Amino acid sequence: MSSSDDRLHAAVAAGVLASEQQFGSLLRSIVEVARAIFRARGSSIFLYDEETDELVFAAVADEREQSLLGTRIPSSTGIAGWVLSARTPLVIDDLQNDPRHARDVAEQTGYVPKGLMAVPLLHDERVLGVLQVLDRPENSRFSLQEMELLGLFANQAAIALDLLGSARRARAALEGTGDAATVARVAAALDRLEDDRRDAGLALLRALEGVLSQK
Amino acid sequence: MADPVVAHADEKHDDEHDEDLRPAWSLTRDAYDSIVLANPLPDRVDRAWALGGATGKGVKVCILDSGIESGHPLVGKVAGAVVMSVDEDGNGVAAEDSEGDLCGHGTACAGVIRSLAPEAELYSVRVLGAGFTGSGKVLLAGLKWAVEQGYDVINMSLSTTKRQLAEVLHELADTAYFKRTVLVAAAHNMPVESFPWRFSSVISVGSHEEDDPLTFFANPDPPVEFFARGVNVDIAWLGGSTIRATGNSFATPCIAGISALVLSKHPRLTPFQLKSVLYLISSNVGGGP
Repeated sequence: MSSSDDRLHAAVAAGVLASEQQFGSLLRSIVEVARAIFRARGSSIFLYDEETDELVFAAVADEREQSLLGTRIPSSTGIAGWVLSARTPLVIDDLQNDPRHARDVAEQTGYVPKGLMAVPLLHDERVLGVLQVLDRPENSRFSLQEMELLGLFANQAAIALDLLGSARRARAALEGTGDAATVARVAAALDRLEDDRRDAGLALLRALEGVLSQK
Repeated sequence: MADPVVAHADEKHDDEHDEDLRPAWSLTRDAYDSIVLANPLPDRVDRAWALGGATGKGVKVCILDSGIESGHPLVGKVAGAVVMSVDEDGNGVAAEDSEGDLCGHGTACAGVIRSLAPEAELYSVRVLGAGFTGSGKVLLAGLKWAVEQGYDVINMSLSTTKRQLAEVLHELADTAYFKRTVLVAAAHNMPVESFPWRFSSVISVGSHEEDDPLTFFANPDPPVEFFARGVNVDIAWLGGSTIRATGNSFATPCIAGISALVLSKHPRLTPFQLKSVLYLISSNVGGGP
């Protein structure tokens, strides 16, 4: 591997590594901010795993054990599953009146909320997961303003998660063997060229870009 | 001159096409008798005319959701329940459903409708619970099946963001509209584009913050057409329980239930007429309360 190739890999790898770390930080930040703006007791995120068709407990900001992170539940049962499938937010109080839910949730996460707000993390056509806010202040009547805030915040969170998802795909582009990897190799080859040939290569790529952009 | 419907029927090959080609595409002068309205609206449409004494009797209401817990104190008897799936060829398959409700949400919608239209027949078409993957196709198959059954009202407190499904959903919504099946769909309360609530052939519903289930408002600025009670609502949930919830999900069955009331008194109303009646009896148009 040439030194410039090394530099390219190092640069991308460094960036992607940071993104991976940022992914966890972002998830934690989302649940902490969600908890703060609704003055709630807790908040959590379930991310949707397309490969296994499951929801993965990915972040938590409350008394629940961090060791529960990674717990998986079926993608279409329970309140989180309904919110994921129906792509619609749902706010529920008096949840403890539902014995099945209480038992299921206690088994999964060790904490049974009295009430929860659950909102899908929607980006473009995709559902990335479900954000939950648990136990708003008691005697606080829920309002449509809060519902709007919930939707707006979930939208922002989904955009951020999707951006970092792109960073993860960048790593796949560097390390994989698929189409994206080919593009990464072309970029690396271009980086190795001398000035004249590099300019010619860039002109060729711009022409290709023009062709590919035509509808 | 021949009745235009009959004239077209001569060109058709089977009964199914007969249905497709009605009504005729033109109206000859001597066929005016064929368009005499079976259900003319009175000079003044008010709640007494639209809803007075109505119970929902004889109206079939389908809840396309997570199933319904039959026998729940706030729901009572469920007249029929199926679970939808999609076979290898992509065809929808409806099988008898004995699972009840996998989440509580369908039961909640059923309870709201029952509270408004106590004698309506409730049917469950379960389209959720078999995994998220493919849930869009199951949703489509469920709606198609429900429209084919000829239910009077279909409550759809869910939507999809997949644009590739929008065209088929749109066709299904229009088919329902022309078959006199009223599709009542929850508007999305997030800044995303989703379907089918945005289609004009459905009745779309958002939430207001009042407590009365019969208070609903017409929106002069669609796509959301009506606002109904959807905040801090006491609703039926799993295990015979009752919980308090918020969402357009629960405003939608308010309008579905009110639609069932109107249709039980005036069963020949088309979806267009029904939507007009709902507009005229809306709380901000003159219908009170």
